[in-house]
Amino acid sequence: MSGIIGKKVGMTSIFDAEGRNIPCTVIEAGPCVVTQLRTSEKDGYEAVQLAFDEKKEKNTSAQLKGHFAKANTTPKRKLVEFKTFEDEKSLGDTVTVEIFAEGDFVDVVGTSKGKGFQGVVKRHGFGGVGMQTHGQHNRLRAPGSLGASSWPSRVFKGMRMAGRTGGDRVKIQNLQVLKVYAEQNLLVVSGSIPGAKGSYVIVDK
Amino acid sequence: MDLVKFVEEQAVAKKEVPAFKSGDTVSVHYKIREGNKERIQIYQGVVIQRNGVSANETFTVRKVSNGVGVERIFPINSPNIEKVEVNNRGKVRRAKLFYLRALTGKAARIKSKR
Repeated sequence: MSGIIGKKVGMTSIFDAEGRNIPCTVIEAGPCVVTQLRTSEKDGYEAVQLAFDEKKEKNTSAQLKGHFAKANTTPKRKLVEFKTFEDEKSLGDTVTVEIFAEGDFVDVVGTSKGKGFQGVVKRHGFGGVGMQTHGQHNRLRAPGSLGASSWPSRVFKGMRMAGRTGGDRVKIQNLQVLKVYAEQNLLVVSGSIPGAKGSYVIVDK
Repeated sequence: MDLVKFVEEQAVAKKEVPAFKSGDTVSVHYKIREGNKERIQIYQGVVIQRNGVSANETFTVRKVSNGVGVERIFPINSPNIEKVEVNNRGKVRRAKLFYLRALTGKAARIKSKR
């Protein structure tokens, strides 16, 4: 397994060989730089740290400047560790979209769009009351009962209720790579991916 | 947004489609695959709208078949479209001819352009 860090660009649709119109997402992925190698002797686990997206030097803390200087690269915005990487990497190596080929299946990890404080119908897919009349008054989208009364005399932990929705880490599995444009660092995957346009995503092979 | 446009331009196979507008009568030669066989079906009707831009453009063709109105939306860049033939240039005063849905018979005719 290997991966890359990218940015969601937007959605469009393209035609496949059989003439079907397939919805797809464009991801601007890489080039990423290897900024640190985690080893089991020093850190207790094996991983490769990749960095993506340019950042101004004046907006970088001295500590991070030093970190990037070690890999002999410019400051970057997003750092992600990948647990297993297919081929051996050394400090300062670059990873580009060329690790993917058309037809590969990838997993995409991102942060979903924040929806704010939402009720149980949107948040957990409750059905609501199901009627508008017959004395429903203002209970159309209410959650209903939270449980029995004298036993257990409390609300069970994890009871699905209203609250902050979205903004979670979401992984979408098995998206097919439809196109790879190495020159423009672009990756086109089938279907939708989590997050807003311009948000960072991790593409895992 | 530019990068999305780039992908669209790369993915679309350039082909010649004659210029037509809403109000024109066209025959769309559409490829249909049945198992391994491929045949061409001709769908003729009036273009009632063109929607979208560049790679994502579509057009809607309306015809009345056995007394039932049928509308079909074609992506203009679909590889399944063999060719589009313009049979008649219509004289209309709107870009979207949704008013045709409410009309039948003589009232639904469109004057042809000279």
